[in-house]
Amino acid sequence: MSDITLNATAAAPEAAPRSPPISQVGLLAWLRANLFSGWLSTLVTLALAYLIIRWAAGFVEWGILNAVWSVPNNQTQACRDLKGIGACWAVVTEKHRFILFGTYPFEEHWRPALCILLFIGLYVVSAMRRFWRKELAFVWAGVLALIGVLMWGGVLGLPYVPQERWGGLVITLILATFGLAFAFPLAILVALGRRSKLPAIKAICVLYVELIRGVPLISLLFMASVMFPLFLPEGMNIDKLLRAQIAIILFAGAYLAEVVRGGLQALPKGQYEAADALGLSYWQKTGFIILPQALRLVIPPLVNTFIGFFKDTSLVLIIGIFDLLTAGKTAIIEPAWQGFGIEVYVTVGAIYFVFCFAMSKYSQGLEAELNRHRRR
Amino acid sequence: MSETLDQIASAARTDAPPAIVLDKVNKWFGSLHVLRDVSLTVALGERVVVCGPSGSGKSTLIRCINRLETHQEGRILVNGIELSDDVKALDDIRREVGMVFQSFNLFPHLTILENCTLAPIWVRRMPKKQAEELAMEYLTRVRIPEQAKKYPGQLSGGQQQRVAIARALCMKPKIMLFDEPTSALDPEMIKEVLDTMVSLAEMGMTMICVTHEMGFARQVADRVVFMDRGEIVEMGTPAQIFETPQTDRLKLFLSQILRGH
Repeated sequence: MSDITLNATAAAPEAAPRSPPISQVGLLAWLRANLFSGWLSTLVTLALAYLIIRWAAGFVEWGILNAVWSVPNNQTQACRDLKGIGACWAVVTEKHRFILFGTYPFEEHWRPALCILLFIGLYVVSAMRRFWRKELAFVWAGVLALIGVLMWGGVLGLPYVPQERWGGLVITLILATFGLAFAFPLAILVALGRRSKLPAIKAICVLYVELIRGVPLISLLFMASVMFPLFLPEGMNIDKLLRAQIAIILFAGAYLAEVVRGGLQALPKGQYEAADALGLSYWQKTGFIILPQALRLVIPPLVNTFIGFFKDTSLVLIIGIFDLLTAGKTAIIEPAWQGFGIEVYVTVGAIYFVFCFAMSKYSQGLEAELNRHRRR
Repeated sequence: MSETLDQIASAARTDAPPAIVLDKVNKWFGSLHVLRDVSLTVALGERVVVCGPSGSGKSTLIRCINRLETHQEGRILVNGIELSDDVKALDDIRREVGMVFQSFNLFPHLTILENCTLAPIWVRRMPKKQAEELAMEYLTRVRIPEQAKKYPGQLSGGQQQRVAIARALCMKPKIMLFDEPTSALDPEMIKEVLDTMVSLAEMGMTMICVTHEMGFARQVADRVVFMDRGEIVEMGTPAQIFETPQTDRLKLFLSQILRGH
């Protein structure tokens, strides 16, 4: 039976492959198919093109042509004379150090600046797959410790800077990096625990997720900042930033745990059974078979949550911590600079965007790379 | 009935201790009674084919042998070790029992070679190089050594199932369980998998195989077990089962599958 089929296939004359008709390929075909496929889509294309060009032209005029880039000695008269037809980037030029470093002592600004570079370097190194090995954990520990030393000082001839004076971009990066670096492993354990057969572990994990998810992050930060110290013995004081950091870790952990659980749920039962049948232990099965597949499946929602939390760190302003957004806001309180909020917010927004967009782009590449095995 | 059973078992291997003993095994899924007083003894080196209509409990039966399903009554002994909640005993048993699934269940994120070396390296504590040599040896035996660096998704179904067989063999098991290994395959790929299984049988591996491939059963089985509605209805040599079926249920089943072929 199978022999006959094989012979038949071999005997069939092979048709020469043809290229698709010329009207189906190239820029012109793409334009016709996507932008001008009918009178309605042509109309929408033209209308949108008109709006985009007008808006872009307006922004260029406001943001570049009519803009004032710097003013001498806080004399904002030049900016006020614009009466809104041009941007006053001078506020950013003047206040950029405050936006980036908050109230950190001026002559020590090189320290948080170095910390920001260290953070970015850490992200870049961690993003490269060839560095994904055990040593990377030590690099993280080392760099994070170094950042602590730089920020606090008090050793190696660095003057001590209390945490209350830290601020700006470096606070945002500290909260986001420590937050996600601790929340992610916590989330994996909670997600696994929620699927555990042991009732006590399962109950604790369910309780944790449901409790934390059920309250807003703001209330959790309030609790960490106001209520938590009431329960501590007299004289004992845990750093305010640390308390906020723990609240963020717990909150992010609960959300990420549910994302990870989604990935665990999506894996076919056969994968668990095959690992069991081979005699792999629970942790071997989880580490080699289950998590690598489950986490690949949930890269998009994971990054979604990461990006969300990167921006949610700005909520710490309600307990008086100067993150990037709060520093920007505070920078324009000074009477001379009042009224130039748009420029500052555009700048702060651009900084957030750069980080979030980098995460997003990186995750797309990672997703394609890690799911290569699914391609034929 | 039980007399013939004993005769066959003793005829197959006289002196060796049994590889698997099932003694009055019962199992329920909720209130559904899926295994009813199943007793079966498989001698070392014996090849047993289990057949029966769908839902007859044959897959559940072999899944109980490496405890992918837990039985609720009766005893199961594998290599003389009783299956219980004892995790240590279970590890010992799973190390010696290889399994091949209907849906292959290869690990899609690992290469063919990594699929084969993972368990030997981490469960058998074999050095990586040695595990890779062993894997290549078995991949050669199932005739796909050239695919070692590929991912499962790049292989045909028949090739994937042969990898699954090689993966199980890399653990050097004493017993192999096959759960409908050809049921998910296109007709032209069934033969290549069956050929692999026949050569395995010729090496003297203890095998329990749930399958509808009657040609395979005639060729390699020492014994054929016919199950229906959770119980063993008839058991005997392929000739006895296929030529002189005793019960109406087996006659009906044979007429149905023979019509299909």
